[in-house]
Amino acid sequence: MNFEHQHAAHCESGVISNLLRHHGVPMTESLAFGLASALSFAYLPFIKLSGLPLISYRMPPRAIIKGLLAPLGARFKFETFGSPEAGQKRLDELLGQGQLVGLQTSVYWLPYFPPDMRFHFNAHNLLVYGKDGDDYLVSDPVFEQPMRCASADLAKARFAKGVLAPKGLMYYPQVIDKAPLAADAVLKAIRKNIRTMLAPVPIVGVRGMRMLANKMQGLPAGDAHTVAYIGHLVRMQEEIGTGGAGFRFIYAAFLQEAAQITGRAALGGFADRLTAIGDDWRVFALKAARMVKGRDSVDPPALARLVRKQADQEESFFRDLKRVVA
Amino acid sequence: MDLEQVPQEGNATLDGQRKLMYARDAQGRVVTTPSRGWEAEEICTTHAVDALVEQAAAAKARVLAGSASPLEYWMYTRRMDVALLSQTSGFWQWRVRRHLQPQHFARLSDADLARYAEALGLSVDTLRKLP
Repeated sequence: MNFEHQHAAHCESGVISNLLRHHGVPMTESLAFGLASALSFAYLPFIKLSGLPLISYRMPPRAIIKGLLAPLGARFKFETFGSPEAGQKRLDELLGQGQLVGLQTSVYWLPYFPPDMRFHFNAHNLLVYGKDGDDYLVSDPVFEQPMRCASADLAKARFAKGVLAPKGLMYYPQVIDKAPLAADAVLKAIRKNIRTMLAPVPIVGVRGMRMLANKMQGLPAGDAHTVAYIGHLVRMQEEIGTGGAGFRFIYAAFLQEAAQITGRAALGGFADRLTAIGDDWRVFALKAARMVKGRDSVDPPALARLVRKQADQEESFFRDLKRVVA
Repeated sequence: MDLEQVPQEGNATLDGQRKLMYARDAQGRVVTTPSRGWEAEEICTTHAVDALVEQAAAAKARVLAGSASPLEYWMYTRRMDVALLSQTSGFWQWRVRRHLQPQHFARLSDADLARYAEALGLSVDTLRKLP
């Protein structure tokens, strides 16, 4: 298969933009991310990863792919399987037909991941573009080069259990409408994202950030659990996927593209503002990391203040943006 | 973040890989560039990995002292906990907890051992003892 791998910051937006480009749709990672209204914040205390709450800076897995269907006039086929054998058979079948296939996998069972990055995180995405002997040819967008993965390892990664278990999920396009992207679709996607960020739901968007801040406020400073919690926050922000700051930078890139497509130059200024907000998320991460390392004393209320400041900044950002895309 | 601020700090946990980042160039356009990693990430990842390594080491000491089964050591070595091992192996959590005790582990049938071995990606022989 003649397939061109391209490095991306985030797995799902990277997979889908590589997949769409393969099918002749001009698509960047940031445009895919923005069109799917994927920027978010969610604090989900009832979903635990190694005993710590799930905190997400973007929409849940599969949201980017599903969110792109309407603006692109596309239809995808999603398949899950009861057994690894059935999953592998179907994958081989599709590869035999020359199909480029997207998969959801665990990170832990992929041997090509750096050992320190191998955690039981199940919502990773990658593309398979061929098979050579027992090795699958893998385009994992968070790596610079294509990878290889033995079939037994890939089967384990696809059928890992636990939170967000992939159940062998695979996806590939059935129909893609190759009409040029309408300015309306871009504005609609931005409006949808604004609604998410300002949603009247306590665990989502800016309200979710404030709820997290309140939870952090009460953490005891001298506790090992508190340090684990703070480290976990930064890891959710900076490492899994691409992070709170990273997603904001991607969305800033999208806003610049949106300014071009829609002819609304004001969106460019919002890109700069969001970049500045992303920089502040990085300040938060660095401060938290210093506490984890023991360079600064552990001070949960100070971190809570920073998160509240981010909530305030993002709230006014999205309120102002709303006026521009109305 | 501006292009020249993109961290290239050689984050050891990336094992030589580079990740892609978005940053502003001199004209204010957001562009992409590879990054060798950032200290803040390295600190937090290392902290999480160290906690898992400590759990495995503590389990190993308990196995040697005869108060835990090798299953506990392998569970932590595979970066799992009781909840995840339960979901992966299909055993209820209370049974997994029992099997962490040496006397119950010793009585496991070959079929049950094979389920744990499969869940942990090990051979049954490896699972029976410490490395």
